Amino acid sequence: MPFFRKKREIPAGLWMKCPACGKMAFTKTVEESHRVCPECDHHMKVNGPLRVKQLLDDGGERLGEDLIPKDLLRFRSEGETYEDVLERSRIKSGVSEAATAARGTIEGIPVTLLAMDFSFRGGSMGVVVGERVAMAADDAYERQVPFILVATSGGARMQEGALSLMQMAKTSAAIARLKEAGLPYIVLLADPCTGGVSASFAALGDVTLAEPGALIGFAGPRVIQNTIKAKLPEGFQRSEFLLEKGYVDRIVHRSKLRDELATLLRYMHKPAAELATAAVGEADGGDASNESDES
Amino acid sequence: MPDASSSSTGAGTQSGRRNADYAVLDFERPIMELERKIRELKQIPDVNLNGELKPLERKRDRLLEDIFGRLSPWQIVSVARHPDRPQFMEYVEGMCDEYVELHGDRLFGDDHAISTGFARIGDRRFLLVGQRKGRDVKEKLRCNFGCAHPEGYRKALAKMKLAARFGLPIVTMINTPGAYPGVGAEERGQAWAIAENIMEMSRLDVPVICIVIGEGGSGGALGIGVGDRVLMLEYAYYSVISPEGCAGILWHDGSRAKDAAEALRLTSRDLERLKVIDEVIKEPLGAAHRDPSAMIERLKETLVKNLDELSAMDPAERMAKRYERLRGLGNDVDALDPQPELPAGKAPAKAKSKKKK
Ligand SMILES: [Zn+2]
Repeated sequence: MPFFRKKREIPAGLWMKCPACGKMAFTKTVEESHRVCPECDHHMKVNGPLRVKQLLDDGGERLGEDLIPKDLLRFRSEGETYEDVLERSRIKSGVSEAATAARGTIEGIPVTLLAMDFSFRGGSMGVVVGERVAMAADDAYERQVPFILVATSGGARMQEGALSLMQMAKTSAAIARLKEAGLPYIVLLADPCTGGVSASFAALGDVTLAEPGALIGFAGPRVIQNTIKAKLPEGFQRSEFLLEKGYVDRIVHRSKLRDELATLLRYMHKPAAELATAAVGEADGGDASNESDES
Repeated sequence: MPDASSSSTGAGTQSGRRNADYAVLDFERPIMELERKIRELKQIPDVNLNGELKPLERKRDRLLEDIFGRLSPWQIVSVARHPDRPQFMEYVEGMCDEYVELHGDRLFGDDHAISTGFARIGDRRFLLVGQRKGRDVKEKLRCNFGCAHPEGYRKALAKMKLAARFGLPIVTMINTPGAYPGVGAEERGQAWAIAENIMEMSRLDVPVICIVIGEGGSGGALGIGVGDRVLMLEYAYYSVISPEGCAGILWHDGSRAKDAAEALRLTSRDLERLKVIDEVIKEPLGAAHRDPSAMIERLKETLVKNLDELSAMDPAERMAKRYERLRGLGNDVDALDPQPELPAGKAPAKAKSKKKK
């Protein structure tokens, strides 16, 4: 009996509770299964650094960690400055911003990866998140490798005002340049992905994947409900709904994600025309058209 | 989430129009008094008017300068939403010699919240894209109060691509509380429609000029807002979220929109400093709704100047500059000066329960 009453005193970290089904599970088991609930298969949130670790072969090499958000608006709320808010978020989340960029390989295929992070201010996009996304796209462009992006965000960050909004334009311009160069861009939509992020780089994937049950949309469900004054249909704005509506290409279980990405990347090389040009240029070596093994 | 508010009311307007031919905002009342007196004087036949009228008119102008010279951000939002502020169709009628509207999106249906068509000023031909809010109730409903659906953004993109094929410059006029947050809009991919526009507009190889004429409501505004130059009317606003929406999220109190308007730095002055916009177009004394034809004339002049400058540029250089402008947004910006302190007693009184751990 006292055992149950003292539930809260279970050593923190040993057990964890699934936010979906409420069942307790060994933290270690959950971590080993990519933070998917062993009971109900709920895909729990994954922070940026862990995403990078899960997806890249050797953890990869981080990019843009030196970019730190600034209080350009001198935003104050309830006597608290934006700097205070950022400091609080850094301590709470253990990351420096809501986006982690890295270069590395997926099953040997070189890529640049950017993983967003809901644990830092709800994955909201300010100047530095936008800059890290654009910088990662630039890195892929310069190295001529595919760009993989994991998107999860509540939208633009209010504390950076219109500068946050403008990151939609900045990131989309960088993605446009990448695409024009014929490089593949694959997006994974994770729970939740709404607002300014969903209406910019997250919606521009050449292939768009989604995790099961993720909330994906332009407006959040509460805003829609307040606007239309009616209850929303069951499953509205979830991955499965968007697959039906034609906006998502595949729903992928997290345990299969790495495999899926590698499989897709093996199809998505440079356009045939460019390969032909490359083949002519490297005719001596005789192996330019044999692109399947190495990259 | 910040992209969603559609509220366009609550700006402190008084519906009565007793003494003026425009709706009256709270802070305009002192001006109203003077204008009433001037009107009465003018109605008296004969009389030696100049002696009395001129000083009154000077007094009114000084008052206008004084009041409009130091509007608060929230007052600016209410001017931007003013029911008698000139809208897209009035600019079209007042400044274009021709407007050939093109309705078809070829996908779903015509969205009246966005109008697109070929336009001509003198011998300058271009494509015009404008957000429409509507004037009377019927038209407002038809235009969905300026809140476009995905088909509106897709129509705009289709016509912009058409313009690019024929080397026509593109001019967009922004005036929306936001893209519509509804079930149909989500089902038809509002996020995808806006994203596609933003990306494509960064690459269209003709001059693109965007002008914020009233409300620049978040992603819904940016969906037709990416180009070589972004111009903004003096009392327009442009924001990542409506002040009401921001107050609701930050303080769970939509009625604190005034505070949010201040914090968001959504005025043309601040946005020019933040390099979000390139040029502020001055409004006539007492704002655009007091003298629409002067406003339209001024916008036309500024537009023509910018069109000519961009058209004269080497295309490759123009495209490189556009990319540089977009890629650098927010990067090389100095912090704004701190907000003026709130007057005593106005400081946020309600401590929020959930914070301070
Ligand atoms: Zn579970």
